[in-house]
Amino acid sequence: MRDIAVVAFSQSACVADIGAVNEVELIMPQLQAVYAQVGLSSAQDVDFVCSGSCDYLQGAAFAFVAGVDALGAVPPLKESHVEMDAAWALYEAVLKIRTGHADSALLYGFGKSSPGELPAVLSQRLDPYYLAPLWLDTVSLAALQARMLLDSGSITESDMAAVVSRSRQNAQANPLAQLAGDIGVAALLQDDYLLAPLRRGDCAPVSDGAAAMIIATVEQARRWGVPYARLTGIDQRIESHNPCMRDLTDSVSTRQAAAAAGVHEAALDVAEIYAPFSHQEIILTRALGLDEAIAVNPSGGVLAGNLMMASGLARVGEVFQRIVNGDARRGVAHATSGPCLQHNLVAVLEGA
Amino acid sequence: MAEWAAVVGIGQTRYKTRRSDVSIAGLLREAVDRALADAGVGFDDIDAVVIGKAPDMFEGVIMPESYLADALGASGKPMLRVHTAGSVGGSTAIVAASHVQSGTFKRVLTVTYEKQSESNAMWALSTPQPFSVHLNAGAGGYFAPIIREYIRRANAPEGVGIRVAVKDRRHGARNPLAHLQLPDITEQEVRDSMMLWDPLRFLEACPSSDGACAMVIAAADSISGNKPPAWIRGVAMRSEPTMYAGRDEVSPQAGRDCATDVYAQAGITDPRRDFDCAEVYVPFSWYEPMWLENLGFASPGEGWKLTLDGATSLDDGGDIPWNCSGGVLSSNPIGASGMIRFAEAARQVRGDAGAHQVENARLALGHAYGGGAQFFSMWVVGADKN
Repeated sequence: MRDIAVVAFSQSACVADIGAVNEVELIMPQLQAVYAQVGLSSAQDVDFVCSGSCDYLQGAAFAFVAGVDALGAVPPLKESHVEMDAAWALYEAVLKIRTGHADSALLYGFGKSSPGELPAVLSQRLDPYYLAPLWLDTVSLAALQARMLLDSGSITESDMAAVVSRSRQNAQANPLAQLAGDIGVAALLQDDYLLAPLRRGDCAPVSDGAAAMIIATVEQARRWGVPYARLTGIDQRIESHNPCMRDLTDSVSTRQAAAAAGVHEAALDVAEIYAPFSHQEIILTRALGLDEAIAVNPSGGVLAGNLMMASGLARVGEVFQRIVNGDARRGVAHATSGPCLQHNLVAVLEGA
Repeated sequence: MAEWAAVVGIGQTRYKTRRSDVSIAGLLREAVDRALADAGVGFDDIDAVVIGKAPDMFEGVIMPESYLADALGASGKPMLRVHTAGSVGGSTAIVAASHVQSGTFKRVLTVTYEKQSESNAMWALSTPQPFSVHLNAGAGGYFAPIIREYIRRANAPEGVGIRVAVKDRRHGARNPLAHLQLPDITEQEVRDSMMLWDPLRFLEACPSSDGACAMVIAAADSISGNKPPAWIRGVAMRSEPTMYAGRDEVSPQAGRDCATDVYAQAGITDPRRDFDCAEVYVPFSWYEPMWLENLGFASPGEGWKLTLDGATSLDDGGDIPWNCSGGVLSSNPIGASGMIRFAEAARQVRGDAGAHQVENARLALGHAYGGGAQFFSMWVVGADKN
């Protein structure tokens, strides 16, 4: 199989409400940034483009069609789209490059969640016959999951607060984060419950923004002469939809994807995990088999800012940046999709 | 460099206005169970699942792969949801094929669907947007002015669309799965039907259907089932913006480039001569002559002559039958319509197309388009690898 490298990444600042900025305006600065990193002039200089977005965030069919306007697709481009987080667009592009039909790919994800009530909107992702009519929102579902975890005795509310505290502290070094600060466990536990046992800090904020990435074969990356990180493994698995049909205190699909991606074939020193709720970071850290020595979410993770449809791709981008900056040699990135961690993607990146 | 991949199983539902007897998952399972049986495999033999459909607002279920994972036997497997507007059925087949062509997987299940009766596509396509002019036209209203421009440019006589409408419904009457069953349809009947978007009359437009189409795509060392495989000889996708200065909306460059790409992969130099048949996305009658030209089956301005000569008609013994299954004009579960084209092309080269089989079909084109005729996906399938 062809060796594939990540060569460029950029994401916008996470902001609660970007105001009168449309999707094209969200995407374009990130595209310009990744072109500049590689020295490309436009999307015409890559072989394939794939994006991730969700129509319901902006309340229009075909949200991604506007995205094409950001590409300068004249002459026409080889282009595809997943109605998923852009981490799955990365997955599609990796397969495309492996077929030999492309040597390079541009990926982007974008979401403007501020116009709607995100947790309620996403309730309509559930089984339309048995669950969606209950308007069971994402925060309520996560609260049920956290309660199961607490009742099992495998975590405490202090453990959850410790995740939030570390996220806020790490985010102080991340200028793109929405929530950052020096706040300890005791102070976090003083907050009222938003939806017991979740406090507001246990839940990722709602953010507007976009992210973009360029990947290529290692040969192409060398021809471009830019620093790169090798993408040595990528896998994604889904599991049962019904929250009653699986063990919510574990993430079996993450374990499967991690094994298939070869996470533990060598030592790791960084992990970026897409955990929109504090207790989910603990579930995922365990499922990924990460020990204490590994820096988890040094960016602050999505608890410090959550770009819907781009956060998964951004986790890969964060690991890439740490490797090319020399802060890490080998890292794992994780993306999730669906209620209570139903669908998970794991990618492994290594220094050149 | 790509590994060989082939279609080894195809399953479709009967297409109907309203399938209130089944859930969304139940609808997909009908097609999936038939595709698995056709391939002689079970869910345990499937390595990954790729689904596609048009906008989520058509059923009101957001990112439905989450809900469908159980019914599609995807638990513990990779799953992907493709969405590229009306071309999605074709794009999904191409993305599924890439799972195998990349050497990553041996056998992939892919399924596309639309249950249009759950919602109203016209409404879903027309929600007002904060930053753009509100267009409450639906697809027919959008394409009608482009068709008028084609008629002006090609100096085409007015009855061409009517001819296509009759031809595809007669083809559809050979296909027991087709939504519209109109074996006795006449040109006069089409002419007398209500004018919806001049020059498109009611009977020159596609129906609104519920339905699903599934395929099993396998690597060369994992061919199964009792029927011959349909080898995937070429795949291509192209996108261009909805609007740009100088854009040719009648014969979009994305369509021409996509065809050039897929023909080069499959060694096609003269599509009318080299193909035995084609399944092309024609949701409104006049798109047959327009795509005949865009896809190089006819010179610019000449497409309508092939239609009037009966070249695209199975009933008239034409040399290059188009849409023998009845096409989109006979069945249109939007998200599945592109995959139905791809699957019907495969059925032809497998010799498995029943009463709408083209005799000795060896090489066929599957085509889909979407958005403002700006997203294209195409594949070439053959009875032989080359």
